[in-house]
Amino acid sequence: MASLDIQARSATTTPSPGVRDYPDVAKLIDISKCIGCKACQVACMEWNDLRDVVGENTGSYQNPPDLDAKSWTLMRFYEVEPEPNRLEWLIRKDGCMHCADPGCLAACPSPGAIVKYSNGIVDFNQEHCIGCGYCITGCPFDIPRISQTDHKAYKCSLCSDRVAVGLEPACVKTCPTGAITFGSKPDMIDYAVDRVRDLQGRGFKNAALYDPPGVGGTHVMYVLQHADRPELYGLPQDPTISPLVELWKGVAKPVAIGVMAAVGLTALFHYITRGPNAVSKEIEEDEERKAKEEQQV
Amino acid sequence: MKRDPRDLVRYTAGERINHWIVGISFILLGVSGLALFHPAFFPFTMLFGGPTWTRILHPFLGVLMAVFFVFMFFRFLKNNLMRRIDWQWIGRIGEMVDGSDETMPAQGKYNGGQKLLFWLLALCMLLLIPSGILLWQVYFDFSVEARRWAAVIHSAAAVVMICLIFVHVYAAIWVKGTIRSMWYGTVTRAWARQHHRNWYEEVTKS
Repeated sequence: MASLDIQARSATTTPSPGVRDYPDVAKLIDISKCIGCKACQVACMEWNDLRDVVGENTGSYQNPPDLDAKSWTLMRFYEVEPEPNRLEWLIRKDGCMHCADPGCLAACPSPGAIVKYSNGIVDFNQEHCIGCGYCITGCPFDIPRISQTDHKAYKCSLCSDRVAVGLEPACVKTCPTGAITFGSKPDMIDYAVDRVRDLQGRGFKNAALYDPPGVGGTHVMYVLQHADRPELYGLPQDPTISPLVELWKGVAKPVAIGVMAAVGLTALFHYITRGPNAVSKEIEEDEERKAKEEQQV
Repeated sequence: MKRDPRDLVRYTAGERINHWIVGISFILLGVSGLALFHPAFFPFTMLFGGPTWTRILHPFLGVLMAVFFVFMFFRFLKNNLMRRIDWQWIGRIGEMVDGSDETMPAQGKYNGGQKLLFWLLALCMLLLIPSGILLWQVYFDFSVEARRWAAVIHSAAAVVMICLIFVHVYAAIWVKGTIRSMWYGTVTRAWARQHHRNWYEEVTKS
């Protein structure tokens, strides 16, 4: 993508080119419509040319067991009882949420390794990635994974290459039930409002849209049947960038430079105001006298 | 080599070599660490063969420094135990800063300020080593929350240590006749008598 399309860039303290304005895009995942077929996982592998190792059955339909540098999206299966004796099989397509305020980008020390495009997509540029893993500490959703092969960080790109040429992400294209939709963020919110109203009419009174404000909203949103308890789906209740990361990547940086500069300058000005601390002439002469005395003995 | 046979030996060759291994690894760690800490210093990664090499080398340099710091710690420990006189000296540090230390309490091999620096540097290392291991994610797999804490502690301890080393280096430059003790090991009798009277008495008695 051209540099003009970048809105934010890791380890960069000046603004990125921002004269052009693009509408925010968003992917909406309606969990109530998902049947757990994993077509999205397959489409993701196919489009992005990724082949994770064939795993082992761990007693769940979930396979692979976790996200990986080669598995950018994953159907997570939860068997829960939101109310006693009422089993629900909740299936959530996990992957990068494309936060408006991305913690990974804030934490990354390598200029340009993580960018946020002006349409809202957060993308990793592996050629600039140094493999430090700081993005993992910045992410409130535990998404990025470092590859054991090349020690670079990987995650869902929201098919930024497809979106750039006007196509929907591969997972959206392949979803057989329409559980994943893609469009401008306002359109997706409108559509979600309809879906939420429908679910509420069918007894899911806590159904709502998951678009957490703690990270400025996200460009991947969920319609949840039980939005009051996102933890049922393995989602954080109120995700934010950790205050520790905010401290480390925020105020600590200028304060550290200020303190180090102050100590260095204080030393310099001390030297030029007080002068060197040299051995006193008196002691030096006395020691010379002693040396002469010893020689004479 | 002694310029003057009356010069006093302050550091043995082994002590000097140990100090400079720690010193060189500290400088390399400081520069590479700052490069990964603030984008303003990111160009320093070019001194280490690029950004990825900086990330790879920094922790190994850390291991090198940690090992030799521990040796140095035990070598110099005995002479750095804080005594009441050291706290009295620190209480009057203003006089030292003014450049008139001859009226201050007589000091042994190290003065109170040097001893305090020794302990503060040791404390920094005590924080830097475990937090550095937590952040070394190529070889270790700690929880994300532990690594967040480690990042904050590692950065803070590193900045404090850099400032302490600024003070250490400046003191050596400011007090004339000091640096040679770390180059070739000796100081003049006059230097010792002015800055470390008790040590002077002790080593000139025999």
